[in-house]
Amino acid sequence: MHDILENSGFDAGKDLKIVGTSPVKHDGPDKVTGRAKFGADLMVPGALVGKVLRSPHAHAVIKSIDCSKAEALAGVKAVVTAGDFPDFPQGTMPGDMTRNCMAREKVLYEGHALAAVAATSESVAKAALKLIEVDYEVLPHVIDPAAAKAPDAPILHDHIRTKGDADAADAPTNVTERLDIGMGDVDKGFAEADEIIEREFTTEPMHQSYIEPQACVAQVGDDGQIDLWCCTQGTHVFRDRLATLLKMPSSKIKVTQSEMGGGFGGKTTLYAEPAAIMLSKKARRPVKIVLTRSEVFRATGPVCATRSRIKIGVTNAGRITAAEAEMIFQAGAFPGSMFDNAPKAMFTRYNLENVKTVSYEVVCNRAKVNAFRAPCVPQVVFGVEGIIDELAQKLGMDPLELRLKNAAAEGYKTVFGETFGPIGYVETLEAAMNCDHYKSPVPEGQGRGVATGFWFNRGGDTTGSLTITPDGSVTIMLGTSDVAGSRISISMMAAEELGIPVEKVRANLADTSTLGNNRVTAGSRTTFSSGMVIIDSARQCIAELVRRAAEIWDVPEDGVVFEDGQCRPAGSNVGEFDPLSVADIAAKTSVSHGAIAGHSEMHVTGAGPGFGVHLIDVEVDKETGGVSVKRYTVIEDAGKAIHPGQVEGQYQGGAAQGAGWALNEAYMYDEDGRMENAGFLDYRIPVASDLPMIDTVIVEVPNPNHPYGLRGVGEVPVTPSLGAMANAVSNAIGIRQVSLPLSPPHLLAQIDS
Amino acid sequence: MKKIHVTTTVNGDEVDFLCEPQQTLVDVLRNTLELTGTKEGCSTGDCGACSIRFDGALVCACLVLAVEADGKQIETIEGLAGDDALHPLQRNFLELNGLQCGICTPGILIAAKALLEANPDPSETEVRFWLAGNLCRCTGYDKIIRSVLAAAKEMRESAHA
Ligand code: FES
Ligand code: FES
Repeated sequence: MHDILENSGFDAGKDLKIVGTSPVKHDGPDKVTGRAKFGADLMVPGALVGKVLRSPHAHAVIKSIDCSKAEALAGVKAVVTAGDFPDFPQGTMPGDMTRNCMAREKVLYEGHALAAVAATSESVAKAALKLIEVDYEVLPHVIDPAAAKAPDAPILHDHIRTKGDADAADAPTNVTERLDIGMGDVDKGFAEADEIIEREFTTEPMHQSYIEPQACVAQVGDDGQIDLWCCTQGTHVFRDRLATLLKMPSSKIKVTQSEMGGGFGGKTTLYAEPAAIMLSKKARRPVKIVLTRSEVFRATGPVCATRSRIKIGVTNAGRITAAEAEMIFQAGAFPGSMFDNAPKAMFTRYNLENVKTVSYEVVCNRAKVNAFRAPCVPQVVFGVEGIIDELAQKLGMDPLELRLKNAAAEGYKTVFGETFGPIGYVETLEAAMNCDHYKSPVPEGQGRGVATGFWFNRGGDTTGSLTITPDGSVTIMLGTSDVAGSRISISMMAAEELGIPVEKVRANLADTSTLGNNRVTAGSRTTFSSGMVIIDSARQCIAELVRRAAEIWDVPEDGVVFEDGQCRPAGSNVGEFDPLSVADIAAKTSVSHGAIAGHSEMHVTGAGPGFGVHLIDVEVDKETGGVSVKRYTVIEDAGKAIHPGQVEGQYQGGAAQGAGWALNEAYMYDEDGRMENAGFLDYRIPVASDLPMIDTVIVEVPNPNHPYGLRGVGEVPVTPSLGAMANAVSNAIGIRQVSLPLSPPHLLAQIDS
Repeated sequence: MKKIHVTTTVNGDEVDFLCEPQQTLVDVLRNTLELTGTKEGCSTGDCGACSIRFDGALVCACLVLAVEADGKQIETIEGLAGDDALHPLQRNFLELNGLQCGICTPGILIAAKALLEANPDPSETEVRFWLAGNLCRCTGYDKIIRSVLAAAKEMRESAHA
């Protein structure tokens, strides 16, 4: 057991010198000069260009694939199809994963990969794709989540039976699972309510829309050793999945992460990497595959659509007595949408006693959905927060006041069984009520929306190392990825521990051969978890510094204390010695005892839950239905903002993503199930002129499990965003919004009727 | 495929390359000249990650054919910093957290430089509209706009000094 997990040493009164400032991040200079190497930026001598053949059909049987003409084309060095990869039974984890990377029996969505080529140039590779002959038997398809659940829906997988549903027939279905989560007695709760609102809500399929398309370079040596360079949120997870899919030991695969141009959950999954490896193996040359934006939209990432019915009851005094929901989550072509987050998180922040939720996950003919900040949660919080808003209006109560009356606090036992430790929901609500935005009257002609959200925050398997160099500066190896600024935040914590300037600390991202396993960088876990292992490593180094100082002074170890970056005698009885700095002791490492280094491997626990409030003022153009966002404030508990600049950036970025999701973003499919808007012109994410400045209020209710009180801040900033925007628009036009996105035609139709 | 010989100037240096007729300038900059600071996010002119200067004009390098570069002056992110100091835009982006993942940053810096040449004292709204063709998914734009405005102010002040 690691001491730091038992006792983090959190000290609210500690005088912090570095934590809480906002220094320039390590990866910054290379990113403003164009030097930073992202996925597509690695140039390897002799590399071939890899391209993927993708299905034009949403659902079809692959009757045959003939690659002979492509193989014969001059400049083509390898062609692969599913037959080149080990097979696994359908419905198993590797069976689904290998089929998602390369279709076998059927193509299950438009854009589903079914062959790949490696050639000496892009133009030859493209020409080769055209020469691959595929004979399809096109099948009926289904994309809408409710339609996919219907008994007469086209079936994607004959082997799927509904898990968790005692009443389900033993027949093929698209419903992969029914999940019942609840507590208390909702019938009793609703009987006690004075007001009950029940509504149905819909959200549409969208995409994480990272600006960097997935890219990788694979090199397979003649000894079978695989070197993979790629943009990923989890090198170790990629490596171990590849080992499974390729049936080879993990030690024969080295995954090196590039800088990552946005992921948001979408870069936690293998796509073209297995194909690049197999092409490299066949061609005996490096192979680089860079996806196009259209491939990114059609075949990676997407985010699940939802259908939900939500019901909440409240007494006249404003006490919520019961909450109930029935929901459908759209997994895409294979199960694994992480939909269980939704019933666990949707009401969590209210201290409810009576909750009942029934959730269904369905497969359908679009790419397998992937994680996106707080996977599956914002979609249903949208409905919950809409009803809470409406209930507040019915009761004539301030919407934040109603939330405050029902706010969960320390000691509340959640629907997922965890009892909250110190949390900051009440403080976050109070900060929202006291902020300038909320205290200002709603400007004439505008509508204001508020909503709140919660995320668990995560820990999990994490490794790292910290080395003190002979000159007393420090290098750090991190096994996680850096999606926006974890390297600097973690370096700051190390510098604070060691009492040295942060400029003397440099954090690097490890490849898979350097450190032990790490979970993916997701769930707002990285600055927290990697921070824990690096602080633990720093403390190991401090213990060693103390041992060495004791030896130099020839005093017992407990006669030495480490303070402000120096070893000092613990008291006057120890003797008179000049302090020894980290650099003083480090300078002697080459003559005695060797380097001072720490490393730490942990299943990190103790992540502190996070809560946020969004406040939005909007104006709706009654002529066009266009929404303009006039003012946006994010109030959120960070526990402790290690690097406030980065924390604000997380809040603002989450808010903007939510604004796009709420107002515009949705996949449009034609009647054959093909995406009609697979580009940034027609799939419109927010641009600079769509948004105002986004104000932030950082609340700090420390998480005592972390040495500096940190809580993750990556997911919470999206959770309330859809609800807050829908409430703002509802209040602006006086019509309750239940379907996203709130696009101009959608709103105009409502305004006109 | 038969290749075409193109002679051009990139960041002040004369450069020549061979390209296929259909190759885009962003492809050649990145994959032939290995100037990978210019990013490719969409290849359709919609994201601005490939923003460069082309005889002074702000263009998407994915919408320019490489052969069109013949005899032209091209400026990319690799040429933005001076010999011994970062450009004020670069410095302000670093200090004011104007970047998260950084994939949009080169394009935004190039576009912002063009803006400040045309309009040294832009309003927030002018910056927002000028940069409306440069997508950023990470930041919500707030800190990007602040970084541009701060750089503009600094450049105006040093021009008057
Ligand atoms: S790559 Fe040129 S605009 Fe997106
Ligand atoms: S910083 Fe990531 S896209 Fe702009």
